[in-house]
Parts: sequence; C-alpha cells; structure tokens
Amino acid sequence: MSQAPERILIKGNEAIVRGALDAGCRCYFGYPITPQNEIPEAFSSMLPEQGGSFVQAESELAAVNMLLGAAACGIPAMTSSSSCGIALMQETISYMAGSCVPGVIVNMMRGGPGLGDIGPSQSDYFQAVKGGGNGDHRNFVLAPATAQECYDMMFSAFALAFKYRNPVMVLGDAIVGQMKEPVRCVPPKHALTPEQLMQQGEDWRLEGYDRHAVPEPRVLRSLLLKEGQLAAHNRSLHEKYSAMRQEAAAEQVFCDDASLVVVAFGSIARIAHSAVRHLRQAGHKVGLFRPTTLYPFPEEALRALISSGKRRFLVIEQNLGQMVEDVRLAIDGQAPVSWHGILPDLYVGAETLRAPILEALEGGKHV
Amino acid sequence: MSRVVFLEDRCKGCLLCVAVCPSQILRPSGRSNRNGYEMVEMSPEGKCIGCASCAFMCPDVAIRVFRTSPAGKRRKA
Amino acid sequence: MSELLKARAGEKLIFDHPSVLSEAVTHYCPGCHHGIAHRLVAEVLEELELASRAIMVASVGCSVISYDYISVDSVESPHGRACAVATGVKRARPDTIVFTYQGDGDMGAIGLAESLHAAARGEHITAVFVNNTVYGMTGGQMAPTTLLGQKTTTTPMGRRMELEGGPVHMAEMMSQLAGVAYAERCSLDSVRHIRAAQDAIRKAFSIQAKGLGFSFVELLSGCPTNWHMDPVRANTRIREEMIPVFPLGVYKDITAQAVPVIADKVVEGRS
Repeated sequence: MSQAPERILIKGNEAIVRGALDAGCRCYFGYPITPQNEIPEAFSSMLPEQGGSFVQAESELAAVNMLLGAAACGIPAMTSSSSCGIALMQETISYMAGSCVPGVIVNMMRGGPGLGDIGPSQSDYFQAVKGGGNGDHRNFVLAPATAQECYDMMFSAFALAFKYRNPVMVLGDAIVGQMKEPVRCVPPKHALTPEQLMQQGEDWRLEGYDRHAVPEPRVLRSLLLKEGQLAAHNRSLHEKYSAMRQEAAAEQVFCDDASLVVVAFGSIARIAHSAVRHLRQAGHKVGLFRPTTLYPFPEEALRALISSGKRRFLVIEQNLGQMVEDVRLAIDGQAPVSWHGILPDLYVGAETLRAPILEALEGGKHV
Repeated sequence: MSRVVFLEDRCKGCLLCVAVCPSQILRPSGRSNRNGYEMVEMSPEGKCIGCASCAFMCPDVAIRVFRTSPAGKRRKA
Repeated sequence: MSELLKARAGEKLIFDHPSVLSEAVTHYCPGCHHGIAHRLVAEVLEELELASRAIMVASVGCSVISYDYISVDSVESPHGRACAVATGVKRARPDTIVFTYQGDGDMGAIGLAESLHAAARGEHITAVFVNNTVYGMTGGQMAPTTLLGQKTTTTPMGRRMELEGGPVHMAEMMSQLAGVAYAERCSLDSVRHIRAAQDAIRKAFSIQAKGLGFSFVELLSGCPTNWHMDPVRANTRIREEMIPVFPLGVYKDITAQAVPVIADKVVEGRS
C-alpha cells in the first residue's frame, strides 16, 4: 500500500516555486520586492538543481523581458513581483499578449498606490484583470487563497498559458504569500506533464530556422503595419478571449439556499469562509461565492444564483471597490449588490466580517 | 574585362557606389525604376577591374560583380 | 536581365546576395547604412554556418522589422529591452546563437540598463549596435550619441554640453564590464572600414559560439535623411566628425586567455 505523501510546512511563496517546478517551469527571472522574496530565493537554489536557469535581473523590466525571451523558445518560464513591480512589467505583458507568447507572472499584492506598504491588499484587482498594459488584450488571472492552492494553481497557470499562448497572472497577496501552511506537493489529477506542456509549443517556438526543412523563419511579433493586418490579428485575439471564457471557475459554499451570498477572492475569501460558516452554525442563511479565476470572471455561475431565488449579494474585498464592479456587471441590476471594503495592511478576522455580513443580510429583509 | 550588373529594382540611387569606384566608371543612368529612384549604370566605355568596392558599399545588395579570371586577363594582356 | 546575371566564360560571380538575407527590398532610405549592417550579419552567419541555430532579437527604431530582411528565427523586443529578451532566449536555449540588433536610442538611451547588465553578467549573446547619432524612425530627434553642436529636431540650436550633456560612448563602457569578452567599434563609411566591420562581426559571433562571454560591435553609420545631406556627404561626416569623437578600434578582446564556460546543451527537460 502506497503511503500518502507527507505534507510540508511552507509559505505560499515557496509553494508557488514547488508547484511551478513540478509543473515543468525551467526558467525564472525576477527582481527582489517584498512580500514575494521567498520566490526568487527558493528558485535560486532549486531551479539550477533541476537543470533550469535562474537570473536575478537588474529590474522588473529586465525580468519580464527575459521571460518573454525564454517563453518565445517554448520553454515554461515565469517571473514574480508585487504591485508596483508588476506595474513596471505591464508593457511587456502586453507584448506577450500581442505576440501570443505564454508566460506566468505571479503578483503577491502589497498596498498602494505608489510604494504603499508591504502588508496585505487586494488593490491590484484592476491592474490584473483590466489589463494594465496598452492595447486590447486580456490575461488569465488566477486567485489562490491558500498555500496548497499556490502549489496547485501553478499547474493550471502553465497549462492555460500554453493552451492559449497567453500571459497568465497568479494573483496572491501578502497573506497568501507569507503564511506558512501544510502543503501536499503532489501534481493535481489531470495535470499535464512537463513534456506534454512543451509539446504544445512545437508549432510556433523559436529554435533556429533550417531553410532546408521549413519554408520560412518563425517570427514572434506584435507589430503589424500592413493595412488590415492588426485588425485581423485582433479579431483572432478576440475569438481566443471568447474561448478563454470557458475556463472561468469559482468555489461555492452554502450557496444553494442562501439569502445572502458573499462574494470574495483570495485571502479575504478565506476569512469570509470562516465568517459564513460561523453564521450558518448560528442559523443565518448566508453563503460564499469565491471566484478562483478573476479573468475570466465566473459571471455565468454568479448569474445562475440570481435565478434560483430572491437573493442579495455582498462583495467583500481589501480595496476601495474594484471586484464589485465586475459583480455588478454580472448581476446586471437583477439583484441588490452591496459592498464592504477593507483598507490595506489591516489583518481582519472572521469576527470582523460578522457585522457587515449580518448587516447586508438584514438589509436584504427590507428589500 | 570584369563587369558589374545593377539589379535595377533594388537600386535606390544613393550614388555611394559611384563615389567608391576606383575606376570611376559608374554614373546615374537618367532612368528611374518603379520606386522612382534614378538607377546607376556602368558606362559602356568603362573598364571594370572587378574590385567589388561598389557592391561592398551598396546598402541595398543591388550590385552583382563578375570578375574575369586572372588567366583570362593574362591572355588578353 | 537574367542573361546578364549569368557568369560568362572566364567570369566568376564574386559578389552575390547572401542566402541568410531575404530578397525583400528594404524600407530604408537611400544611402542608409542599415542595409550594409544587415548584409554583414547575414554573410557572417552564412559563412560560420550559424544561421540555422541563430535567433535574432529585433529592437525598436528604424530596424524594427529587421526580421523581414535577416532570415532567421526572431522575436520582437519592447523598446530598449533587447538584451534582456536575448538573455531569456539564451538561458532557455543555450544551444542557440542569439544576437540583438539595436540602434543608439534603443541600446544607449531607453535600454542602457538592460544592455550594460546583460554585458556585466557575461551573457553569451552578441549585440550589434548601430550608432548614427540620431533617432531615425521618429524623425530626427536627439540620440544619446548625438554629437555636441549637432542639430536635431529636439536640439534645434545644436546639442549643448550644459543642457543636454555629451554623447554616450558604448564601446568604451562595454569594455569596462567584467562579463564582456569582446568590444569593438567599427564604421560603415568606406569599403576598408566595412571589411573591418565584417571581421569584427565574425569575431563577435565566433566568441559567442565558443561560449566566451558577451560580444559587442558598434557600427558608426550614416543617416543621410535626418542629417539633411546626401549619402556621399554623410560618409564624409562620419569620417570627419564622428570618428574623432568615437575612435575606431578593439576596446576589449579576451580571446587570448579565455576558457569556455558553457557547454553546448539544451536546458534539461526540453524534449
């Protein structure tokens, strides 16, 4: 009888690294910034051991462009940073989207705007989900809430990046990245092997042009100057983004008969989960809807909750109101949506969320 | 005698070849190509030594150089 | 025409179109030296039989679509970041021959940090740097290499030391960095200089192929359009005004004492 692998006590940041390596990541490029420094530190020792390449870049600009170069060769590669460092990377993320180059970018959010602070915050929702860089492009955005999910989601991140030839952002925060938790480092069921991942790049990756074997060299570019060329390219991107919508995912807890559905993601969703569970035990009909993909936003699953009864929705997020906009777009006025914001650097507990949830639930009785 | 051939559609009429030719046998042709550039030509009476300076200088790879073999040269002399 | 292009009895074709250079007529202005630099790179890749292993990182500037002319696998880089992109390519595929082709704005202004740090790390890549002292594609603005007194569309009175500072000397800077194996400055203003430039490019790629470190070739080049002069006069300007400020020569060459530091291998795990 095979024994279940033991769980190890690691930070979310280290779980990111272990997940990435097990998923097949062979190159990492990064620049130090709190609260994600354990990611480059772990890669610097673990990646060379596995025959990959680690570079501490001179800036986030350089790091993300090294990612572009490695990814152009069809090699699973990633970078990581936090908030303001991610802002520096946005131009190249746009180039990657335009050139259809797969890459994974981990953002362990910190407070902003500007240099902000190094505590937990979810104020990069807009930066991650609404693009950030120039031009009509979309990135996958995955939102882990636990260290285990940090490990598991790296498999999805690389799989989605290669399947769609698109940048994928994994959006955590200081709590997700810094908290130590037991993690079982076993590839999820149905995860691609590193070999399967790389096979997906055979048709487009740069590997040197053999004029005797193929008709023309491969060029990965986003500059399309001839009349109609960019329009045609953007039309095909639009079709790809439409196809990406099928990957939208969310976790639902106690939603079936809930009068109030709390919508939250990442570390705040986890705290909201505890609050909802406690309130259920006290007899309150509350549930939790946790998007695990922020782009594509799981709007159909959320809309399905409207039609199944008279409900209210409460968005809880650690910012001044960002995801609430997507929730309102999804609900489209068909149900009341309220919002509760948490300021950056505040470590809230389930007890803190009890009052705003009950208030929203009460409010629901008077609608 | 060696000779040069101008690929007329490639020539942009920059005249850098004319300036570097040690035998001074290249000149504007007075004719324009389909891009509107005045092409360069070798004057019919010019004696090309096959040094390929013009081709080395040409930014547009518009010149081919044919050199007569030294043996041929000797025979002529 | 086709008859003229056939060698006759006793003739030998001694100058032909390199196979690594596409047949496309370039978009460059008449007399622009980019065409010469492209040809030299293509000839060297062909001669050293490196073309099928080569990956070019294109930059932003007049040469932004260099991949339409140099027939090798290529990736487009955001403005200035070519050496960082090339770092990623080479780290992912150490068995390839990776080079950037960058102008003075791309390498010496917006991308100075990426260029110097890739060099300092001793990345096994080659940078071909075209210095024509002006931003060409955007219409003739001041470059980091613009000469003192040179008029551009953003230095209408001429570049002044007290306001715009002096020109950046890339070959000299490169030569100061530990990771650089080879740095030379050449010029494309004359046949003799063009032959020397080809030798330098050949050496730069050979050094990469041997895994000796970062190799760098600066090419002083003419921009007749934005210098507002004919191409012949532009070559005179290179000789009389640029070379005195940017002296030609080998600034660093470690080949004598070097020992290869990388093996020709693919990153492990690659199928």
